[in-house]
Amino acid sequence: MNYGIVSQEQLELIEDILFQKLVKLGVDCAIIIDMAGNIITVKDNGKNKYDIYSFAALAAGNFATVDAMAKLVGETEFSLLFHKGQDSNIHFSKIDDELLLISMFGKDISLGFLRLNVVEAIDQIRKVWARQE
Amino acid sequence: MSFINLKDKVVQVKIVYYGPGRCGKTTNLEYINRKFRDQIQSEMVSLKTHGDRTLFFDFLPFNMGQIKGYDIKIQLYTVPGQVKYNATRKLVLKGVDGIVFVADAMEKQREKNIRSLNQLHENLQSYKESIFKIPLVMQYNKVDLKEHGIPVLPISVLQQDLNSRLQVPYFEASAITGYNVAATLKKIISSTVVSIQKKLL
Repeated sequence: MNYGIVSQEQLELIEDILFQKLVKLGVDCAIIIDMAGNIITVKDNGKNKYDIYSFAALAAGNFATVDAMAKLVGETEFSLLFHKGQDSNIHFSKIDDELLLISMFGKDISLGFLRLNVVEAIDQIRKVWARQE
Repeated sequence: MSFINLKDKVVQVKIVYYGPGRCGKTTNLEYINRKFRDQIQSEMVSLKTHGDRTLFFDFLPFNMGQIKGYDIKIQLYTVPGQVKYNATRKLVLKGVDGIVFVADAMEKQREKNIRSLNQLHENLQSYKESIFKIPLVMQYNKVDLKEHGIPVLPISVLQQDLNSRLQVPYFEASAITGYNVAATLKKIISSTVVSIQKKLL
């Protein structure tokens, strides 16, 4: 899949999905990256001060590592990851072979509720993404 | 592969410093990080072992200003050089736009340079990229060791070993003192940006 350029319209649609499904729910920051560590788009609540470029590079590396671990135990993939901290948490979920959705959130949201919304968001993003192929 | 965001007018370019273990890839990035502090907004990310060897990669985002209204964000990566970490090197090479091959000019490292370059060739093939097509710059590092009486390969030998078929731009350099580090970076950025432009036209 060659996705080097994404149209402005597609990005706006995707940002809107991130906003409606995740940021409205209380997610601090939702990022879509590709597996090479590029940032496709970011939507946040206006308050986050994360260094998202370094974050994307590390997240892509992290996900690739976990993928390799999955293969070692005979799985084709681990499609989601969750890191829990004292005040903030990170949830990673694979959109397709190239894209990853990262949600950073505090302790006010339940993980289950977030996961439900992530699933819906990913479903919608896939549809927008598929239009360019 | 570079990612171009038409909405925010941002182009992200991935450049990887590749080469055998202890050849000075991380040292290159550390020098750039010190020297161009005002163009770098964040801290350099280094995933190291306790012995200070790169375990996964180093990462340094670098702002290059604008071209035709587009913000160019250069992302510099290094790979771990040790032979056993090839799986990791392959991961870091994913989506690469330009490569600096850092060769160790010390005489005793001759074999290692050649082996590492051959592996780069294979690794790129696994992503359906070709070492002959991707923007590439050679850096013959550690030339300063000559002054300390350590045997260093002459540039002609390094060229013969590594660059006789590739015929890419090359620099002799000393990453620790900064000699030609910026020149190497400038060259790879310009080759990469030109190659991305060509792909788009």
